[in-house]
Amino acid sequence: MALLESQRDAIGGASPDRADGALPRRINSDALRAPATTSARPTERRVDVLVIGGGNAALCAALSASQEGAEVLLLEASSRAQRGGNTVHTRNIRCMHNAPEDVLLEHYTEEEYLQDLLRVTRGRTDPALARLLIRESARCRPWMRQHGVRFQPALGGTLHLSRTNAFFLGGGKALANAYYRSAERAGVQIRYNAPVVSFARQGGRLAAVGIGRANDAELDEVEGALPLVERVQARSVVLASGGFESNLTWLGEVWGDAAANFRIRGSRFNRGRVLRQMINAGATAIGDPRQCHAVAIDARAPLYDGGIVTRVDCVSLGIVVNTRGERFYDEGEDFWPKRYAIWGRLVAVQPGQLAWSVIDAKASGRFMPPVFPGEEAGDLHTLARKMGVPVEAFLSTVRTFNDSVVPGTFNHAQLDDCRTEGLSPPKTHWAQRIDTPPFRAYPLRPGITFTYLGLKIHEDARVEGFENVFAAGEIMAGNVLGEGYVAGIGMTIGTVFGRIAGRNAAKWAHGVGRDGTVAGAGSRCR
Amino acid sequence: MTETRFRSILLTPAQSEGARVMSICNACRYCEGYCAVFPAMERRLDFHAADLDYLANLCHHCGACYRACQYAPPHAFAVNVPRALASIRGESYAHYAWPAGFGRLYARQGAAMAFALTLALSIVFFVANALVGSTATAQAAGFYAVIPHGVMVTIFGSVFGFSLCAMAVSAWRFWKELPVAAQPGAGRDAFDAILRLRHLDGGGEGCAQGGEAPGAARRHLHHAVFHGFLLCLASTSVATLYHYGFGWQAPYPVLSVPVVLGTVGGVLMTLGAAGLLWMRLRRDPRLGDPRQFPMDVGFVGLLLWVAVSGLVLLALRETPAMRFWLIAHLAGVLAFFLLMPYSKFVHGIYRSLAVLKHAREQRTPNPFGLAEG
Repeated sequence: MALLESQRDAIGGASPDRADGALPRRINSDALRAPATTSARPTERRVDVLVIGGGNAALCAALSASQEGAEVLLLEASSRAQRGGNTVHTRNIRCMHNAPEDVLLEHYTEEEYLQDLLRVTRGRTDPALARLLIRESARCRPWMRQHGVRFQPALGGTLHLSRTNAFFLGGGKALANAYYRSAERAGVQIRYNAPVVSFARQGGRLAAVGIGRANDAELDEVEGALPLVERVQARSVVLASGGFESNLTWLGEVWGDAAANFRIRGSRFNRGRVLRQMINAGATAIGDPRQCHAVAIDARAPLYDGGIVTRVDCVSLGIVVNTRGERFYDEGEDFWPKRYAIWGRLVAVQPGQLAWSVIDAKASGRFMPPVFPGEEAGDLHTLARKMGVPVEAFLSTVRTFNDSVVPGTFNHAQLDDCRTEGLSPPKTHWAQRIDTPPFRAYPLRPGITFTYLGLKIHEDARVEGFENVFAAGEIMAGNVLGEGYVAGIGMTIGTVFGRIAGRNAAKWAHGVGRDGTVAGAGSRCR
Repeated sequence: MTETRFRSILLTPAQSEGARVMSICNACRYCEGYCAVFPAMERRLDFHAADLDYLANLCHHCGACYRACQYAPPHAFAVNVPRALASIRGESYAHYAWPAGFGRLYARQGAAMAFALTLALSIVFFVANALVGSTATAQAAGFYAVIPHGVMVTIFGSVFGFSLCAMAVSAWRFWKELPVAAQPGAGRDAFDAILRLRHLDGGGEGCAQGGEAPGAARRHLHHAVFHGFLLCLASTSVATLYHYGFGWQAPYPVLSVPVVLGTVGGVLMTLGAAGLLWMRLRRDPRLGDPRQFPMDVGFVGLLLWVAVSGLVLLALRETPAMRFWLIAHLAGVLAFFLLMPYSKFVHGIYRSLAVLKHAREQRTPNPFGLAEG
């Protein structure tokens, strides 16, 4: 049997061209029969628990609901080859622990975790949910292991996280693969290319959802109703479909024209359709639509899915100038975690949303290797021309900077005493003259990781405004993350609330009669 | 020499792709827990020909990193480490082959295999028939009645000897492209890693076996072939000792040391080679270099033939069919010896050397102890 399974894998596997049409394995035959044309009446289906989304939170919910004995259908908007949403770009989960645990060093107490969270969110967090999140984070790793996730010591270059974060062997895609395998074994029905395009509300409940065509998964906004391939009635629903960061139209509404120059670091499938329709249908929204986690990434990154490799890690080793050739912020203000989180926004308010990180030969080999080579020149004049910034202004900026650098002892591992004097804005640490060729410049643009606007939930992960709808992951992250970010907490939110949502969705489904009381064609809300 | 220097400046297309892929991996590093390739990669910022040959041979081709890759196709970066390194590996076999021109045999493994088999069969067949009725065979019993011991030793010894020399030269050429100074404990560590195939375990879960679910079967099958091969080698060595040391003539009894070693080795090789062949045919084609299919299948097929024909020979050695199976077996062995330096056999040599380089390298501090500071 196992051989047959893997044989089918080999044939139907995740080859880019076939995977899109590859059928999920071990699912009821009626789930397979999507009509070829949408002109026909959409197929009707009933399940106990419907999970919308295909990333970490969705999988944790599906696995937990299945463990509670529910019949689960998971709808992933993407193809099989692109499944997993932003999870595939993650690599760690922040976990509370009172003593060393395998890959987690020392201890990381509930109080310290909470303080970290309060600090980055500046108090914009729901204290009850935050405590729940932190306590449950201590309990989730054995469960993760049970479903095939493996951990490893902190990755090279991330040792500062080895106390607070557990790293997945192979990263988030390996984690998602393990969860998908476990879900298939558990009999969870998985549908790929299944974007949810409509919702039917009945009283306080979500009665049914409509699955659109595969191509609709990448639509930003649509006028009027999209044709349905299938309608699914579910006793309870878990929303784990992410935020709206991949929706350039929506980002444009919030950020204006600047959004056209943003890059999306993650999945192209987080269009926010579920989020917006649920808010329109009466779910309580939480979080500021303008808030997003944005970092400065290489301007040459692809529009979507650039992930970790597009980060530019030499900001603190040189200077950053905008397209006018002028500096605009203290490059040496702080270490990576803080610096990382602010530079996206800093670049977003520069002209054309473009800036250049400029270093000299002294910085070479001192930062994580970038994926795109920098512009390189033997002199600053040539470099400025390659960058396309005004030469005189740039040279003057470098000259002024170099003249302001005071002698110090360079130490990149601490906030050293290499700084500028009489310069505005100053560079308060790691300031060294830009004087040793070859000089390099890396173009920067804002790269959005995720958005904070979400649905308000109760402690049982139930969405406020609905009886049978639960939420997990990015779509409800705003409950605990009003702003800011602390490494690895996204996966904690997805895992903890995914499990809670899945369990409670299954309980709700069992509590409702199996005579079809939740069925019926409610009014479609958009 | 000229070619070597030329190569260190210019990368082949396969090496360019390897350098491109490694640059992406080096900025990501999510896979560093899977095997030795990624920690070795992290010690470098630029990837030259010698580095790529080393990394390619350090790769045990388990496929774990491909399945876990967020940049694998359909992503625009189209990262496929197993395939990129497999291509470089194949080129490196040809590049380091000695005499140099013989490296071309890798591009035509099917033809090389056919030629070697034909040549080997012709030699064995000719010798066996030319000596029928001669004094050399008349007084001998068993196998030596078909081909006398001295003739066998001369033919097989000279071919084996040449192949060993050729492989030694190749190994030396590979090593000196990127020499790594000795470090205490490194040799022992490398020996352990090689014998256990430590890097063929996908970081603990095993490697791709056809489908996506990892498992240990491929490693176990490789162990069977490798250790079966060593047992057969031991069998021959003991038999040689018996012959020259004690004057005991083959055939040896069923429960004698050479026969027991050879039988167990043959059975292991048969099971292992058959299993590997079966897996190779079912393996996700995206994981490898399609051009290497003849090399992989030809080599494992030849091993399988040698093992099976040896076992059949043992079973039928008292019957008239012995003559046929002896010729069949010896032809297979001779073809194997002829092709050793120009077939997939060399993967063991380069990979072992790469593992040793890695064990030594890892005992020195990383020149780029980078942190996201």
